[in-house]
Amino acid sequence: MNATLEVVAQSFVLLHLGGRRFALSADIVAELVQPGRVFTFPHTTENLEGVLVRRGHIVPICDFARRLLGARLTDNRYYLIARRRFSLGIEWIALPVTGQCELITAEMLPATGDYAPHVAGWLSHEGEIVEVLDLARLTPGPLEETLPASESTPIEIHP
Amino acid sequence: MNPATQTVPGDYRQPRRTEQVILFTVGEHLFAIAADSIAEIRSTDSLAGAAMELTNSTVPKVRHTAQRGRSSYFVVRASLHFRLPLTRPTLVFILRQTRIAVLVDAIERMASISKLSALPQAFCGEERQWYRGLTLIDDRVVPVVNPMGFLSAQEIAILDEAVAGGAVEALPEQESTIV
Repeated sequence: MNATLEVVAQSFVLLHLGGRRFALSADIVAELVQPGRVFTFPHTTENLEGVLVRRGHIVPICDFARRLLGARLTDNRYYLIARRRFSLGIEWIALPVTGQCELITAEMLPATGDYAPHVAGWLSHEGEIVEVLDLARLTPGPLEETLPASESTPIEIHP
Repeated sequence: MNPATQTVPGDYRQPRRTEQVILFTVGEHLFAIAADSIAEIRSTDSLAGAAMELTNSTVPKVRHTAQRGRSSYFVVRASLHFRLPLTRPTLVFILRQTRIAVLVDAIERMASISKLSALPQAFCGEERQWYRGLTLIDDRVVPVVNPMGFLSAQEIAILDEAVAGGAVEALPEQESTIV
């Protein structure tokens, strides 16, 4: 059987974090919102800063920059509201980013074993390799259960 | 027919259910607890005479037991439970249907809530045991504590063993405080 790799152009939201750029699939991005009131309460989950209220929903804020860059994002913070798939369904999560986000169309190549687990793939944009982030592996919370091998979708690879 | 009294066929809406909660503080944080989960609220001063010190407690957040009628309660310091800096509590909540009493700093007021949102799944630590969920009170997000979450069954068993092993002592009169 011939393996083929099918690369299709998709939409991504490009984020700027501490001088680096990362991408998220545009399908999971709901909106970019201005900094608002953040509510905090005691908890023990790492990298969660608190919650904000958006359209009547209580949305947790995940400081993913700390994991990606090793430092908290302090300046020009906006919140990118994204849909994160958990074991019990999809919920919104707020990601602090700088205000400079852009929508691009690019072809994503799947990440190999050399990349960190939170990298779903990579794309080339303006001469730069940009990592596409896998929110489920980057943010805390239970992972969606993976399908058994027999039920998973086979991947076609076109040369 | 008076339009004001006319019912719409198929309109089975029930009046919105509400729950009375007590808003209390521990350090700088505000929490809510269901009012009907509390049997009694005492000042720490009034409880001191009924308190015994647990000398060898292996559950750091519990250092005392308190007597109420024939029942004995394990007194939990809410600040330690919630991993907050030590505070100076002034009140004790004696919880219903448990053997737990909780030391809190102060009561802010009572409130009525009509919606309890599940804790977002991103919160995956001990807080899942601590809270029943989150609610909005005056445009502020407040965690609603789970009264059963202050001590696990395992912690209660450990404390029971300590008590059975004679690790309780009456507080000396000069130190009759559980704070």
